[in-house]
Amino acid sequence: MQRYYSVGSNMAATDETSALLRSFECEQNLLSRPDGSANVRQGDTSVLAAVYGPGEVKMSEEIIDKATLKVIFKPKIGLPGCAEKLQERLLRNTCESVVLAVLHPRSGVNIVLQVIQDSGSLLSCCINAACMALVDSAVPMKCLVSAVTCAVMEEGRIVLDPDSKQEKESSAVLTFAFDSRENNVVTCSTKGCYTPEKYQECLSACGAASRNISSFFRQAVERRMSKEL
Amino acid sequence: MKEVPMSTCEREFILKAIRDRKRIDGRQTYDYRRLKVSFGMERGCCIVDLGDTKVLAQVSGKIEEPKKNRPTEGSIIINLELSPMASPAFEPGRPTESGIEMNRILERNIRDSRAVDTESLCIVAGEKVWSIRADVHVLNDEGNIMDAASIAAITALSHFRRPDVSVMGEEVTVHSPEDRDPVPLSVHHMPVCVTFAFFDQGEFLLVDPNRSEERVMDGRMVVGMNMHREICTLMMSGGMLLVKEQVLRCSQIATVKVAEIIELIQRALDKDAQARQAGEKCGFAESVPTNKITTNRKEATAIDTTAAAQQASQVIQEAGPVDKPMSNMLVQAPGTVQIGEGLVNTWDVDDEDMESEEKEGREKSVTNGREAVATSKPTERKRPVKAGEGTVSHAEGSDSEEEETVMLFQGDDETKSTEEPDSTALMQPSNSDKPAKKKGKKKKAAQK
Repeated sequence: MQRYYSVGSNMAATDETSALLRSFECEQNLLSRPDGSANVRQGDTSVLAAVYGPGEVKMSEEIIDKATLKVIFKPKIGLPGCAEKLQERLLRNTCESVVLAVLHPRSGVNIVLQVIQDSGSLLSCCINAACMALVDSAVPMKCLVSAVTCAVMEEGRIVLDPDSKQEKESSAVLTFAFDSRENNVVTCSTKGCYTPEKYQECLSACGAASRNISSFFRQAVERRMSKEL
Repeated sequence: MKEVPMSTCEREFILKAIRDRKRIDGRQTYDYRRLKVSFGMERGCCIVDLGDTKVLAQVSGKIEEPKKNRPTEGSIIINLELSPMASPAFEPGRPTESGIEMNRILERNIRDSRAVDTESLCIVAGEKVWSIRADVHVLNDEGNIMDAASIAAITALSHFRRPDVSVMGEEVTVHSPEDRDPVPLSVHHMPVCVTFAFFDQGEFLLVDPNRSEERVMDGRMVVGMNMHREICTLMMSGGMLLVKEQVLRCSQIATVKVAEIIELIQRALDKDAQARQAGEKCGFAESVPTNKITTNRKEATAIDTTAAAQQASQVIQEAGPVDKPMSNMLVQAPGTVQIGEGLVNTWDVDDEDMESEEKEGREKSVTNGREAVATSKPTERKRPVKAGEGTVSHAEGSDSEEEETVMLFQGDDETKSTEEPDSTALMQPSNSDKPAKKKGKKKKAAQK
């Protein structure tokens, strides 16, 4: 298993914005109907996630020894198509690896994701929003999951948390999701061409960034629990 | 997922309260819940909060061919999405009956009342027009989706800017926002829906019912109206009868409510326009309270990635040399490549294309070919005669199975020979190898 160094306090002010994560905002429990909801904003990218469950599930989708996880991804414009189905599958696989589905057999957990604004790094924002919504809904989880997108530019430079302009100019876009406990890779999704060396470089850069996001998630949960009920 | 059913005592309680002229959320009969209109970063994106009900609308435009019967008019499509996010009762996919009904009210209210000028969406008559699409997503259903959706749709349409287009002779240029300022749609008037809920067979009426009131109501009436007190839509549903006075009273109330709502929309639009002009940051992020316990914010942070490259090279070194890519790659056709064994190709067609096999099988094919010829002498004899008309006779069709196989084979053979004009004379028997064998077998079967 690979281990990553933690983010040092003496952060070298990098010459470019390449190693900069955009501002990260998270608002939980903003919708009244779902059991859990979260709005995660990474820079201008914004995704709203809602979780229903554990609850009733269709007979045809029922699994006898664990909960059925269903992810619905809603694009902002038009009807969901093939690309959205792929995204849903990826998100479902990511969530399935952290949710303790065995604790709720014969039930269903629905995760609905609505794109509010897409300004790059959409997939990582979706994973982060889904994770925060799951935390808010109090569905039992093994650990949290934090995702980071990075782009490999034409000249070989790596840009963390790229915006849509940088994504367009890049030669490859890689998204990694890490668990919060061991910082192991949960999901990896890539688009474009890159060398094995660049892949490893992106992996370790994203690993470092995910530590930062994980600690933010921890902070958010601590803040929520800071007041006695 | 099913919705939690409402208990009888809760139902009775709400009804009793209404009979006592009280509402469970403390509002007066004609009060609306708090209405908030906020805009996104993009043009034509708006979120409407009506109490806890939340609706997101996004308008987009594309260039299309107009309808044949209206060559100079653009189109407006309104799509109301009852997202499963809003309520566990909403299923993804096919819209429900109530969903279709609400979508239709929205269309009638905005499109059929000609609120947005469609003729100004024409670029080249009969060839190119703008097609404007408004997607209205319901994000949280706490009652009265209809009003929130209609406010969101018309606000988003007024907020939307389409790229400017210029026509020079035959050429149509779509200008980018940097090139020329995008132009707004021409919105003639703003129709807004006001929903009334009726109880006790129309005796009691409430404005803007919330979810629990919606569940106990007998029926509802939706009045779509604009600033000029013109009714654009009027829809009554539920099995109840209303006296004439009640309908008139509703339209009177609607005029007041519509005036208030439209004023609010205008104020929101003006405020957004000012913010945009001043170059301020606009978007939903600016309207979110940051002092809540559930809200957390982290400023942009730099991540130390200096060690990443070093670590990467270390990993690569530790991993050792990567296995060489498999050398026995087969190029099946230009642009494709095969690695590994794969399955044996059972199709006759491609076998001859592979040169490697050709070389190997050259000697074998001679013997095989001879065998084949021996078993299928009749076809060999026929071939030179009928070769030219092979495909034609195939198209005509034939009666017996035997004949059909002959035709197929000949047609096949001919195409091959045209494809490989430079194949050697030695290869000829191998070409006819498989089909000939088949033919022979089939013939035997036919004879039996």
